[in-house]
Amino acid sequence: MRKRHEFHVDSTRYLDDNGSPLGELPSQAAETERVLAAYRNMVLTRTFDAKAIALQRTGKCGTYPSVLGHEVVGTAIGQAMMATDVFVPYYRDQATHILRGVRLEDMLLYWGGDERGSVWPACPEDLPIAVPIATQCCHAVGVASAMRVRAENRAVVCCVGDGGTSKGDFLESINLAGAWHLPVVFVAINNQWAISTPRGLQSGAETIAQKAIGAGIPGHVVDGNDYFATVEALDTALERAHGGKGATLIEAVTYRLGDHTTADDATRYRSAEELKHAWEKDGIKRLQNWLHDHGHWRPDQEKALQEECRETVDAAVQAYLSTESEPPTAMLDYLFETLPDALKEQRERLAQRSTEVRHDG
Amino acid sequence: MTDNTLRKVTLVEAINMALHWEMAHDDSVVVLGEDIATNGGVFRATVGLKETFGFRRVMDTPLAENLIAGTAVGMATQGLKPVAEFQFLGFIYAGMEHIVSHASRMRNRTRGRLHCPLVYRAPFGGGIHAPEHHSESTEALFAHVPGLRVVIPSSPQRAYGLLLAAIRNPDPVVFLEPKRLYRAVTQSVADDGQALPLDTCFTLLEGEDVTLITWGPCVQETLQAAEQLAEQGVGCEVIDVATVAPLDRETLLCSVAKTGRAVIVHEACRNGGVGAEIAASLAERAFLDLQAPVVRVSGYDTVMPYYRNEAFYLPRVEDIVSAVEQVISL
Repeated sequence: MRKRHEFHVDSTRYLDDNGSPLGELPSQAAETERVLAAYRNMVLTRTFDAKAIALQRTGKCGTYPSVLGHEVVGTAIGQAMMATDVFVPYYRDQATHILRGVRLEDMLLYWGGDERGSVWPACPEDLPIAVPIATQCCHAVGVASAMRVRAENRAVVCCVGDGGTSKGDFLESINLAGAWHLPVVFVAINNQWAISTPRGLQSGAETIAQKAIGAGIPGHVVDGNDYFATVEALDTALERAHGGKGATLIEAVTYRLGDHTTADDATRYRSAEELKHAWEKDGIKRLQNWLHDHGHWRPDQEKALQEECRETVDAAVQAYLSTESEPPTAMLDYLFETLPDALKEQRERLAQRSTEVRHDG
Repeated sequence: MTDNTLRKVTLVEAINMALHWEMAHDDSVVVLGEDIATNGGVFRATVGLKETFGFRRVMDTPLAENLIAGTAVGMATQGLKPVAEFQFLGFIYAGMEHIVSHASRMRNRTRGRLHCPLVYRAPFGGGIHAPEHHSESTEALFAHVPGLRVVIPSSPQRAYGLLLAAIRNPDPVVFLEPKRLYRAVTQSVADDGQALPLDTCFTLLEGEDVTLITWGPCVQETLQAAEQLAEQGVGCEVIDVATVAPLDRETLLCSVAKTGRAVIVHEACRNGGVGAEIAASLAERAFLDLQAPVVRVSGYDTVMPYYRNEAFYLPRVEDIVSAVEQVISL
């Protein structure tokens, strides 16, 4: 029998669980300002996340999906992207959104039941959060196709969870990205759990990255809690995309340290021991240790950063809580560019109803 | 005076003509689908586009309808105007999630920051002895979705003008082409880039006694029925709804205010069909004008039969005539 194809999957990790280098670090480690900016974004994201959960618990925000454990990969994506690239998120990408210029109060508005939370003036081409799992992958290849049609030197980064890689949308999209040689980077954020379904039940494949082989694009595994491994993979994949060399799939292995959302209770399906073990691999602590060990970070700087993040988040919460609701007629005003005649009577009725005193308080 | 842009064409040729016109006049228009580039589409609706506009704008996709629907959404958010072809309406359902949950909602959920100026084209309806899954009429599924336009031409002229309007419209349009009319009739169509209005019914025939409301393939049978009824002295007003969503109720109400009687004709199943919405609107807003109950002539509430029994499913001219005789006698 003739061997037609064989493959291997690379897996990259540079720091051990305590932040000590396992060997030579990539060139990204020498860019101290960028590393410090990454660390700051991770801490801000985690501070925001804790506050958003607290708001939900106290009835001030709707169901919210915690980003706990994704701060490293989300930050690496945000740093590697050019402003002119397009980000196509799923729904646990807070760390990236912050770097793209989405305001914290906008994220609270979105989860707080207000469509204006997706307006995003700082990154007007980024796609809004995609709740239907993996559907964003098809949109990402559409955006990348538009760039190809116009022969633009831009690229797309698309995130998807490990559960999402089971859907046709993901597989069809990486397949098209290979067939059409599209400037897109897929980041499969493998946090081990799709609500209660463990990674092992999603696929018999040993890695998610190897699904790239079937699509004709490169696939790599990185330790998604290792900032250097993750940002290096993103930098490389985006350089490929910008250079007209096509798509890449990166599997970033991390762990969902929180519940799926505030409506979930992960103690129903996973052990305290597993969670404790995952916390030992936390990527923020790892990078903090590395920065400290290499003389880039002091305890007083940490204290100041924590304080600064708290103030930033508190200001965003105030802005969110003081934002008036839209008039109810907005539910019809953005359906079409121009309201069709067929809907005018309904809008009039709604306008009349909205002048009545609210009895929901 | 001879208009040298005037061409005698079939409905499918009119579609092709409109695509050529709009691609030549708007660089942001692209077309994508299965077998649409080199092969020119299984019905030849896209013949010649790849040769004229190149493979960058005329894209053969992998065989994945969900992907086609979603890729068009992504393209549209970038300001392209994708016209995506589904080979048959029966295969569009894999893409429903993108149509229902994304294309129709993008403008609303980003408060106008992004929108989807795209067209999903699909041949639909029975009458050509096609295999299973090739003959259904499920326009009501799409008409139920807020944020979508559902447009159905019934002649070469309206196919040309409505497709231009659909492509130019800044919101998503599901454009359903009655495939048994693809080559059934020819008509002179001016290739002048003139679009027809959307959200507007077309009154094809004026009459005083009864309003016949229809769209798509059944426009043919309805016009034939009106002709027969005219010989019996019954004046039928025939209205081609054309845009089944959003619905131009005013034209229908004005007509029924005049005639006092209405028969709705569609090929789709009756239950929950667009005809039901029209009948309900007439009952709500024209009850006092009505001299007889509104009657529907439609397909049966069943799975579209394979083609041996297809003729028993499709509304016939005599069904329409007899429905009119029923409402006239009251």
